[in-house]
Amino acid sequence: MANPDVAKLESIAREGRVQIIRMLAHAGSGHPGGSLSVIDILTTLFFDRMRYDPKQPRWEDRDRFILSKGHCVPAQYFCMAKAGFFPMDRLITLRKLGSPLQGHPDRVALPGIEAATGSLGQGISVAAGMALGLKLSGKGARVYCVLGDGETQEGQVWESLMSAPKLGGPNHRLDNLCLILDYNGIQLDGFVKKILDLEPLTDKLKAFGWAVIEINGHDIAQIDKALDQAAATKGGPTFIVAHTIKGKGVSFMENDPEWHGKAPKPEEALRAIAEIAGTPAPAWVAPIVAEISAMVKS
Amino acid sequence: MVAKASRAAFGEALLELGARDERIVTLDADLSKSTMTMAFAKKYPERAFDLGIAESGMIGVAAGLALTGHVPFACSFACFLAGRFETIRVSVAYSESPVKLVGTHVGVAIGEDGYTQMGLEDVACLRSLPNIPIVQPADESETRQAVAYAVEHPGPIYLRLTRQNLEPVHDAAYRFRFGKADVLRPGHDVSILVTGGPVANAVAAAGRLAAEGIQAEVINVATIKPLDEETVLRSASRTGHVVTVEDHSINGGLGSAVAEMLGEIMPTPLKRIGVTTFGESGDLKGLYAKHGLDVDGIAGTVRKFLNR
Repeated sequence: MANPDVAKLESIAREGRVQIIRMLAHAGSGHPGGSLSVIDILTTLFFDRMRYDPKQPRWEDRDRFILSKGHCVPAQYFCMAKAGFFPMDRLITLRKLGSPLQGHPDRVALPGIEAATGSLGQGISVAAGMALGLKLSGKGARVYCVLGDGETQEGQVWESLMSAPKLGGPNHRLDNLCLILDYNGIQLDGFVKKILDLEPLTDKLKAFGWAVIEINGHDIAQIDKALDQAAATKGGPTFIVAHTIKGKGVSFMENDPEWHGKAPKPEEALRAIAEIAGTPAPAWVAPIVAEISAMVKS
Repeated sequence: MVAKASRAAFGEALLELGARDERIVTLDADLSKSTMTMAFAKKYPERAFDLGIAESGMIGVAAGLALTGHVPFACSFACFLAGRFETIRVSVAYSESPVKLVGTHVGVAIGEDGYTQMGLEDVACLRSLPNIPIVQPADESETRQAVAYAVEHPGPIYLRLTRQNLEPVHDAAYRFRFGKADVLRPGHDVSILVTGGPVANAVAAAGRLAAEGIQAEVINVATIKPLDEETVLRSASRTGHVVTVEDHSINGGLGSAVAEMLGEIMPTPLKRIGVTTFGESGDLKGLYAKHGLDVDGIAGTVRKFLNR
């Protein structure tokens, strides 16, 4: 959008960070680091960019969103609840028996999820297939897919990076496909650079035929501008390399591989929420703090 | 009807169905000459996609096409599809993407290319997924009807097709019914449950056994999953002896499905004929003889099983 309401989006992203911490504290397991690094991107997509109708999750002309790095789905669940796909109070059922909020996205259980992901490397191919399907049907909808940097080590990612810019032939080029890399530099076992470096990544992507944009993935104005550029790019798909900070917003989680896949204990959750909310904290924070404080006591 | 490979019948059926159903698209991984989608690709170039030798990506793209209202046939050798089990498991099965998976070149019957190209574990892999039916037609007529059915099937489905020609075992009046096994020859001494490549051999073996006074009931199990329990139980309860025949690993295929079902509902003496080793290069005739899938092998196993 030409003039995104940056302050509003930042406020939603802040709420998202608090809700991510809350969900994980309740679940007792999950992935805070990547959920916190991707939330600004998801907030911009869900509240500034994508066309969808939470009351008709299968509306044919909707833009599609696939979180290929499915382990960070708490960030998406927050956006979906905030957008009205389901009530906000369902967020704390994350990872509980019988909840549609599965530990990794389940398309069948939760309307609005476009594909099961989390077995890494697959979402990008499905997104390319959807972009192709929409083109073949003459639909103008767009497909957004968020990848992880560790995930980008998967062979299937490179299969689709190779094929997507050529898929569809001259009449159905996938300029409706936009990939976004949450480049936080950390994977489960440690730093991406040490385990299997992706660099020089933009050179590789350009060589494969992608239009590449590099941004700060926590700067909503930059995210918005990059999405504008992607939408204006004709003749092929776009790859946005979003540099992010794992655990962004919580000082003791930032850039620490330990917080890739560990839920905060209630005490840690309270510290995290206090940092994210700032002072004075918005009014909606108090009930969440009270709720988690009760967990500390029990 | 003449002998025809089920992959060839598939290619022809797809061409016909594609003319009246624009939702049909094909995906290949550099084997469209072998999977026989080449004719479709020539006629409908904008609806045929060769993803290169990249089967995982192909299956994922097929899932995306299926979830945007198209009817994608994702085709490769059966072993290469099953080898991308994880993508099938998550992007197709768990996501309920109505992809039509087509695995060709099944069994030791492909012969000279040897084990790495033989689909011998594909049924075992896909049978473990809750929502992917498995259909292996026995001849041209059944293949054409099974392909037409696959288009209409509301979810994902797997078609298992042969490289080699298949002798017709059905007459012109035959109507394929999804989930139903069909009795090709009635008998009361032993039930031979057979699927795919060896079906015609099983019928011939039954003819030979009849001359010796053994009345074998031959049942073509085209739908391996879900298994037609009713037909199998009806036959097994009459004959009291069941032999399964398949050009697939003896573990996890038709024989296993039958054993599991009978074991739970009506334990019945059972003999499974199938592949117990890796495959190898050789001619079809020699390989079928080696694995007991030819007429002699099937008849001999039945005799021994019945102590006759």
